[in-house]
Amino acid sequence: MENIKNENAPEYIVDVDNVTVRFNKANQKVDNLKEYFVRLIRRQLMFQEFIALKDVNLKIKKGEAWAIIGTNGSGKSTLLKVISRILKPYKGKVTVNGSIASLIELGAGIDPRLTARENIYLNGCILGYTKQYIDERFDAIVEFSELEDFLDSPVQNFSSGMKSRLGFSVATMVEPDVLIVDEVLSVGDVLFRKKCMNRMNEMLSRGTTLLFVSHNMATVKSMCDKAIWLNKGEVVMSGDMEEVCNEYTATIEAKKAKEKEEKLKKEKALDMQAKALKSKRAKK
Amino acid sequence: MSVKPKEYKEGSFLEVFRYKDLLVQLVKRDIKLKYRRSFLGYVWSILNPLLIMIIMAIVFSFLFKREITLFPIYLLAGRSMFEFINTAVTKSLSAITDNASLLKKTYVSKFMFPLAKITSSMVDFVFSMGALVVVMIVFSVAEGRVLFSLQNLGIIIVVTEAYIFALGLGFLMAQLHVFFRDIRYIYNAVSTMVLYCSAIFYDVGMFFEKAKDQVAAGSAPLALYLANFIEYLNPFYIYIKQFRYFIWTPGLETIPQWAVVTPVDFLLGFGYAILMFVIGVFFFRRAQNKFILYI
Repeated sequence: MENIKNENAPEYIVDVDNVTVRFNKANQKVDNLKEYFVRLIRRQLMFQEFIALKDVNLKIKKGEAWAIIGTNGSGKSTLLKVISRILKPYKGKVTVNGSIASLIELGAGIDPRLTARENIYLNGCILGYTKQYIDERFDAIVEFSELEDFLDSPVQNFSSGMKSRLGFSVATMVEPDVLIVDEVLSVGDVLFRKKCMNRMNEMLSRGTTLLFVSHNMATVKSMCDKAIWLNKGEVVMSGDMEEVCNEYTATIEAKKAKEKEEKLKKEKALDMQAKALKSKRAKK
Repeated sequence: MSVKPKEYKEGSFLEVFRYKDLLVQLVKRDIKLKYRRSFLGYVWSILNPLLIMIIMAIVFSFLFKREITLFPIYLLAGRSMFEFINTAVTKSLSAITDNASLLKKTYVSKFMFPLAKITSSMVDFVFSMGALVVVMIVFSVAEGRVLFSLQNLGIIIVVTEAYIFALGLGFLMAQLHVFFRDIRYIYNAVSTMVLYCSAIFYDVGMFFEKAKDQVAAGSAPLALYLANFIEYLNPFYIYIKQFRYFIWTPGLETIPQWAVVTPVDFLLGFGYAILMFVIGVFFFRRAQNKFILYI
């Protein structure tokens, strides 16, 4: 793992090549045989295409920190899912030359009925590590999560902050080549959030590649040096963080201003109408 | 030290070897959760089949005129084997859908979840064999002779066959359940049908005798067709028959013809197991990339 670099090391660590992701957004999901046959006979088995990502290209070099920005529903999460192999692209290809740790949702594999200790092993194994590997890091994980006193109590008794501490500690126990973070840091107390930030920065300084999704421009600016801007599944702009962010903020603000203007216009029209009605009544 | 010992092709069944420690964790979880918080714990998993066996033994010994020697052992052996495959498949039906939130967040070999369910069912099955041991001890005392023999160890072969078969059927059902949630009801209906066709509380010998009568009366030996159907086309019965051969027949003084297991039975048993496994893996593999859109 440590010496992944050899003579023919690939140029990009993450290579998203012309990726298109397609969903079926038929109004009703057919998930049982009865419905399936009824619709088959009535010829109502439609496929309503929805393109979540369209011809997206993203080439990331080792050690870069990328931010993915865009409004809700622009395909940010879909892009992360494609990169972390959860979703298969409909067209195009995704190549990742290295290990990935994704913090898309902390504690996805946490079973509330098990104890913290059992969950550390279960979660680590879900991420693909061997038991021996977790054994070696067990103490470090516990120390980072600050859960020493609760190791043998079931996780269902934990607070949500404790749960996310557990999740974060397990997910970052290893130094992955690529770290994917999707707005998970909004949980936990301020101190732990800072601790997580430091851990991520530490990883970055040691050459981990970062992919970061956040609505918080300040965090993005402090963590990333490159950015890709998505809108309705298409890449609007990608490249230097400063440029993309400025453009994005400008557009968003312009949009907001426009919306505000329209709102004002509508309000004015309504006011006029009210006035007209009032004067009508007064005449009567 | 390397984290990933060996690279397997993504989505292939062989990928489960990369996650072998996960299998241990998942099976441990199922076992722990099953036995941890119930007061009677392990006792329950023995008591349950024992009680059902006692009820069935009483009812069916009144119902049938023919007598099967050591009927409680016969019954319990057959039922435990059937229950093993049946629970394994029932549990793996929802293996993928139950882990939806996890599969939406991380990449794991999807084979792991049915595999873990079926493996923990096998462990449960091995645990519940304590009930068989109890019944065999009781009958050893009652009969005044030891009913245990070295031949009992042969069950390892049968359990292997049944495990492979259950894996195949489990993979097939797990992937179907993602797309058609009502497959569960269809499976339940079919499995009840299979239960009655698996000679659990009667014996296939009955049909052979009936067939003789039918031939003597000059009519078509329909009972023989039925017996052949059960013997050759019902994998559940093939495993039950073999299981009894290693558990029940060693305690008999005279072994009836229909209970004797021949190499053909083993061939059929492994044949069905491997065929089912290949079919299950094939369909599961083909469908797995679409799971995310339906869970």
